[in-house]
Amino acid sequence: MAITTTKSAFWKGFRDSAPFLFMASPFGFLFGVLAAEAGLIVPEAFAFSLTVFAGAAQFTALQLMQENAPLIIILISALAVNLRMAMYSASLTPYLGDAPMWQRAIAAYFIVDQSYALSVVQFEQEPEMPLAQRMAYFFGTNGLITPAWVIATALGALVGTRIPESWGVDFVLPLAFLAMIGPMLRTPAHVAACFVAVAASLPASALPYNLGLIVAGIAGMIAGAQAELWLERQKAKAEGAK
Amino acid sequence: MSSIPTPILWTVIIGLALGSYALRFAFIGFMGGKPIPEWLMRHLRYTAVAIIPALVAPLVVWPAPTGGDPSLMHFAAAAATFVAGYLTRNVLIGLGTGGLCLLLLYLAA
Repeated sequence: MAITTTKSAFWKGFRDSAPFLFMASPFGFLFGVLAAEAGLIVPEAFAFSLTVFAGAAQFTALQLMQENAPLIIILISALAVNLRMAMYSASLTPYLGDAPMWQRAIAAYFIVDQSYALSVVQFEQEPEMPLAQRMAYFFGTNGLITPAWVIATALGALVGTRIPESWGVDFVLPLAFLAMIGPMLRTPAHVAACFVAVAASLPASALPYNLGLIVAGIAGMIAGAQAELWLERQKAKAEGAK
Repeated sequence: MSSIPTPILWTVIIGLALGSYALRFAFIGFMGGKPIPEWLMRHLRYTAVAIIPALVAPLVVWPAPTGGDPSLMHFAAAAATFVAGYLTRNVLIGLGTGGLCLLLLYLAA
């Protein structure tokens, strides 16, 4: 059914995002628990989720802060995890780029995996959608997720302060990262990037100041990009041969 | 667990908040309709899938709970998490599987 008003576009986005609630809330909660275990107080964990609003990058920063990594390495690594947000921003621009600046400035804060994925699918399916409805849909997709993420973090941090240290939750953060990797491996190029990054990270961990992470990350990134190019060339060759 | 110094924590929070916002605003705000170069897009696609495995691999091979000694128990829990996440494409099922596996191995040991 086509969307008819700006208001209904907002509510469609709101409804479409509901399944993601089951992902965002437990992860926000887990971030809160682990942040509390790392010594953050509830307002600190709350401010972290509210202002940064990016799960994987927050977990990355938390891990590196506990390893006493240098500040610059923490910032570079966590922002590198967030570089995909620039990609989302770029691919939303054809659909939302003509909106007034104040709307785009607010929308930028809300660019996350879920809002991006839902919005791009919606905009591709209904190319006729007017700009105001597109913007409304985009904001709608965040209507549940954003409050859920922030509130779940605060609740997690409240609970986390009560968990005794003897429970040994310090392997939960690595497990959380591992669980995130599987669904990211969508193409052979993603697998190549992941494999090279892992292979490089083990010897590179001997480097000082956690520099190994940056080195291995760049190696994986280049491997992914090159694998993608190679796969495209193979495909073109196969088509040319026909 | 050593607690994180407050000035470091807040520098990280503020730095990440500003940096993440800048990344999100970069194209929708500044670039207008200008297309992002293809080679850059190609690398951006693989940043998260490179950085996160590079971060986690040493944590699995040299796990913190054992003081950095390789441990079959932790490796098995890590492998179960990854495989379950990969097969189901669901982060929470992966995490649940790994957590359960870790708990069982811990109780069995």
